[in-house]
Amino acid sequence: MKIKLSFRLNGESITLATEPLKRLLDLLRDQLELTGTKEGCGEGECGACAVLIDDRLMNACLVPAAVLEGKNIITIEGYRTTAQFKILKSCFEKAGAVQCGFCTPGMLLAAEALLRQKPKPTAEEVRAGLAGNLCRCTGYNMIVEAVLLAAKEGEGLWSTPVGL
Amino acid sequence: MVNACRPLSLEEALVMRSREATTVFAGGSDLMVRYRQWSGVTPDFSGTVLFVGHLPELQRLDREKDTWKIGAACTITQILQAQGIPDHLKLPLLSMASPSIRNVATLGGNICNASPAGDTLPMLYALDARLTLQSRDNARTVAIADFITGPGKTILAADEILTEITIPPGDWPRVYYKKAGTRRANSISKVTFYAVARFDGDRIADIRMAFGAAAPTVVRNPAAEALLQNIDKNQVPAWLETLTTHYADALRPIDDLRSTGKYRQQTALRILAHFLRRELA
Repeated sequence: MKIKLSFRLNGESITLATEPLKRLLDLLRDQLELTGTKEGCGEGECGACAVLIDDRLMNACLVPAAVLEGKNIITIEGYRTTAQFKILKSCFEKAGAVQCGFCTPGMLLAAEALLRQKPKPTAEEVRAGLAGNLCRCTGYNMIVEAVLLAAKEGEGLWSTPVGL
Repeated sequence: MVNACRPLSLEEALVMRSREATTVFAGGSDLMVRYRQWSGVTPDFSGTVLFVGHLPELQRLDREKDTWKIGAACTITQILQAQGIPDHLKLPLLSMASPSIRNVATLGGNICNASPAGDTLPMLYALDARLTLQSRDNARTVAIADFITGPGKTILAADEILTEITIPPGDWPRVYYKKAGTRRANSISKVTFYAVARFDGDRIADIRMAFGAAAPTVVRNPAAEALLQNIDKNQVPAWLETLTTHYADALRPIDDLRSTGKYRQQTALRILAHFLRRELA
């Protein structure tokens, strides 16, 4: 059984046919060839597949296609065209927050979701905001530092939508 | 072959429920993991999946005087962000899963999943939450303690949908919650403890305590709670031994991949002791 589905993806309207229970993660990676969204655990524990759906952070491994009708989805491929991404990217580089890079797309979108809610977070709030994202390289301190730095350098940026 | 229905109203959903066996899908954070297969392979749901997470009838979140009525498909995030939501409802939700899972997981889903480790359940038992179960021709209201009958087991009939969770009024200036797990976020609880209390001067006017993941269903012991009624809060430590005995008999935790029964039993009773000695006074 396939269903017809329409949603917005990274600012573009998309209509496609797919199985209703196919995971958004597989839809993105296999059908739409957007491989920036990573699969870590496949059960919602690691956050490597995090995307924004209607401005909320969600794990693409837990979201089936059928619930996407009419939604606005932003993946790392869309997010990297925004001003917010540019600040986060430069701060992740400055803080040494990227090693193998596998968790980075999810980390960046979790950071975006956090900063939108709390533009001036404390270190503890950053840790709570990124709590669903695992990183096996950095030990997290550099990532927390990067997000705090981004909040400072990008002050004012997170009061406006990403524009996708 | 999997069938899927995305009804446009609760009415339509209930008609579907009355016609065939369906799996009710709200947020999916439990179901998508339960039926997952390999990467790239669609999850293996059998039968018909009925999507209800988008239904407006299940998304209401109202306060009527001091009674909270929460639509079964409200996500944990929606509840946390609701205007005026009291701390005694917020506390266990704040440490549940992770931000991304709280954005999809629903309160109704956590209840119907009926896991002994369900993170919202001790709170709902302690607050005497009531559940509205609706079918095409009927609606009934049951206490949560009567709804869940065992691990993964509820009295929800094949033609019913859990539509609303009602939290009776209650002023609880003291609220305590402890979750033991291997990671702060996303761990399935080894054992949890939730308690609320109200005082009249130094006397305990009302107290409720509930343990999660320590028996097939949440453990609440009204006889033990009654012992503390009208006790001066400074006298509580004197009751510790009696209470420990009461609860030790009721807790029946299991060994599994997350922990051992012995650890759970000991930890549950230590959390109880900590609460009564240090947190309540």
